[in-house]
Amino acid sequence: MKRRLVIIGAGMASGRVLEHLLAAEPEGWDITLFNAEPRGNYNRIMLSPVLSGEKRYDDIVTHDDAWYARHDITCRFGEAVVRIDRVNKVVFSNAGGAPYDKLLIATGSAPFIIPVQGRDLPGVVTYRDLDDTNAMIAASDRPGGKAVVIGGGLLGLEAAAGLKLRGMEVTVIHLMGHLMERQLDTAAGYLLQKDLETRGIRVHCKGSTAAILGQDRVEGVLLEDNTGYEADLVCMAVGIRPETRIATEAALEVARGIVVNDRMETSDPDILAVGECVEHDGQLFGLVAPLYDQAKVAAATLLRQDAAFRPVQTATKLKVTGVDLFSAGDFAEGPGREDIVFRDPGRGVYKRLVIENDRLIGAVMYGDTGDGSWFFGLIKDGTDISAMRDTLIFGPAYQGGTGADPLAAVAALPPEAEICGCNGVCKGRITAAIEDGATTLADIRAVTSASASCGTCTGLVEQVLAHSLGDAFRKPAVQPICGCTDLTHEDVRRMIKAQALKSMPAVMQELGWKTSCGCPVCRPALNFYLLADWPLDYEDDAQSRLVNERNHANIQKDGTYSVVPRMWGGMTNPRELRAIADAAEKYAIPAVKVTGGQRIDLLGVRKEDLPHVWADLNAAGLVSGHAYSKGLRTVKTCVGTDFCRFGTQDSTGLGIRLEQRLWGSWTPHKVKLAVSGCPRNCAEATCKDVGIVCVDSGYEIGVGGAAGMDLKEIERLAKVPSEEEAIDLTVAFIQLYRENARYLDRPYRWLAKVGIDWVRAQVVDDADQRAALIARFDLSQSIYQRDPWADRATPQAQAAFAPLADLTQEAAE
Amino acid sequence: MSWLDIGALEDIPRRGARLVKTVHGCVAVFRSHDDQVFALDDRCPHKGGPLSEGIVHGHAVTCPLHGMVIGLTDGRATAATGGAEGAAVTTYPARVEGGRILLDAARLLRGRAA
Repeated sequence: MKRRLVIIGAGMASGRVLEHLLAAEPEGWDITLFNAEPRGNYNRIMLSPVLSGEKRYDDIVTHDDAWYARHDITCRFGEAVVRIDRVNKVVFSNAGGAPYDKLLIATGSAPFIIPVQGRDLPGVVTYRDLDDTNAMIAASDRPGGKAVVIGGGLLGLEAAAGLKLRGMEVTVIHLMGHLMERQLDTAAGYLLQKDLETRGIRVHCKGSTAAILGQDRVEGVLLEDNTGYEADLVCMAVGIRPETRIATEAALEVARGIVVNDRMETSDPDILAVGECVEHDGQLFGLVAPLYDQAKVAAATLLRQDAAFRPVQTATKLKVTGVDLFSAGDFAEGPGREDIVFRDPGRGVYKRLVIENDRLIGAVMYGDTGDGSWFFGLIKDGTDISAMRDTLIFGPAYQGGTGADPLAAVAALPPEAEICGCNGVCKGRITAAIEDGATTLADIRAVTSASASCGTCTGLVEQVLAHSLGDAFRKPAVQPICGCTDLTHEDVRRMIKAQALKSMPAVMQELGWKTSCGCPVCRPALNFYLLADWPLDYEDDAQSRLVNERNHANIQKDGTYSVVPRMWGGMTNPRELRAIADAAEKYAIPAVKVTGGQRIDLLGVRKEDLPHVWADLNAAGLVSGHAYSKGLRTVKTCVGTDFCRFGTQDSTGLGIRLEQRLWGSWTPHKVKLAVSGCPRNCAEATCKDVGIVCVDSGYEIGVGGAAGMDLKEIERLAKVPSEEEAIDLTVAFIQLYRENARYLDRPYRWLAKVGIDWVRAQVVDDADQRAALIARFDLSQSIYQRDPWADRATPQAQAAFAPLADLTQEAAE
Repeated sequence: MSWLDIGALEDIPRRGARLVKTVHGCVAVFRSHDDQVFALDDRCPHKGGPLSEGIVHGHAVTCPLHGMVIGLTDGRATAATGGAEGAAVTTYPARVEGGRILLDAARLLRGRAA
């Protein structure tokens, strides 16, 4: 007699169970198939090509009516199951029951809906089945329609690409810092975003949806940061959760998914489950490969054969035509793990392999994924790769042979091959220059301009030199920023400007960083370069700052901090002094000291007290003195004409005006100024980064002094008749320093490299250049001149400075 | 093991750390760029610097005081940055589940003597 099998859900997993079962026992089963969707099994993975118009529904049907009829399956499509009666072993829909000997639950998953206002408006769709797909196709019919996709994961991006191909204007909102963060690292995420933007898809990362707007139907999406996007269609693709309601109501064991054992049996041995609705060994499943493995095991269990489900690693590919990415295995960093990174900025290629104990354990690739399946095989098989490690990243084609000569490629180039795209220089012109006596990179740049603009081809020019000159070519010994790159600070600064690189992943990809996300040496430097060059575009990264700048206070040897409020030009008053004294008493601050920069230092403040001390000082009008920053510290002054019988100008007033103009700006290293009212120089202006000495006829401005590790007198920049010009020259000089110096070079070190004559030509002699420098400085100040104390006087910031938890009251067992 | 919920993953910035106070001193809970969490005593073996304030890179942290590099998984100091043979910080079991950070309560309350 035939055994009765009831299946809930006609999806890809249960479809595969049917195929295995009927192949083994074509006559053994009496099968009833329920499906809430009014159709049978189709290939859901191919919905994206249907959305984009590259395929039709008919193309993706896996089991048609004839197939179900041929196997004598009772199809109850369009009927949602409402109840399982486990005692009498009957499944009910609203249209009636179906008895079973064995039951298979394959209810799949439901899309996660963000609980925001407006989520129920017409025009808000999810992306799980053919009905969703058709709804999106219908919405895209209107010319000039706008779509917002919430969620930058696999599904969301496929939806975005499909809607774009249908002619809609598409914006993707993604909560995390980069796209597909579960499958890609930041470098690959950056390339993907760049690719999508080239296709006209707008990408908004770190975007948290606040509300979906509209009256009768959807009209737009509002984010927490108050950005708004118009929308005729909103597609929510933020994730899925296992559809377990029917199993929960039947009192089966359900955790996040329906719990199954290795044989795919639920807590009731007559009920099996497969697909996205199950949880096996604490794990959920969303990709098709493990679902097919489950189907095979479930069929074997039904056939009373021994089989056990063992989840295997899966690899991810994005089905967007023309976007090439691949990710597999575990690509987190860790001790004992090593990265091999390959970047080809010109082609937009990034490959990263993660190796542990001579085994490949993870791979992320973008732009060229041809070797993906080979790498995936190495991961799955746990192959020992030590013998091929040197050439591993180049793929299977390079294994087993001798190492390729790196100069062979450049040697093979014909003379007319272009080397430098910026200046249109071909290989022939470079070799001609070498024949005429050029022996260094600098010579080639001077004669041909090759590599003198954006600099990307520097390596290639050096290879031409090395090939032509042989051992006579010595690559100049340059000091790279750190082990992550071969480039110097100066190279990186130049390329950030020339190539308009505006984020850390952009710099690391386009300049071929050898690590995936930098180190404590390069990250603070890059963070400064990016915020100095792109104040409007780049967002300051607190986690790439050293402790003092992150916490806006100076850390001391015992882990406490010092707090220094700003005293403009060294001036203060009883109200400020009283507030400082009160704070010192209230927070039991152990030491109070007058600094060399004419202000007061509160030493020994506990971290959790910092925001409270700041709030108290703020209330008296005191702001951060930035005594901890690579930025403007103090402007030291003497009392000038107000009180001094020798004073020639209002030195205190000029000092205050300079400090008010410059405070809050970030610079490559700390910057200290002073203004003295007469040549007696009581403010010691002649050993400051910028020192102004007032005389009867005007203002003598000197730069590049030092009185720290080195002792150096300022060099004369200019003498000007008016205070206004003195301020202009100072601001222009500081901006020139911000734009050109390497991170952690004080102005005097930078001056030693570029020379005072070059600086004078930019700042003093060229009025247009000076005005442009001042304008760029003021633009940056419009973003960065904010009191960090006031920003942290909020309850949230105060909580962030306090411990996450206090367990000192808990007793040990 | 008894796991203790000490807060949400989102309470710690990526590549950052927050403190948990215990009777034995502070324990630093780190969140790496790939959203893994690690718990270590907040004291550098070199001169006691607060590791929680260092720059986190990969699964390591650089001490903010003098730059010793400590592995987050094993608490070991990298020799190249001045770590003596065997210099290490006590580590504690930590994991993330459903966006919450869980630490081993018993180990945490017993401290490094465990």
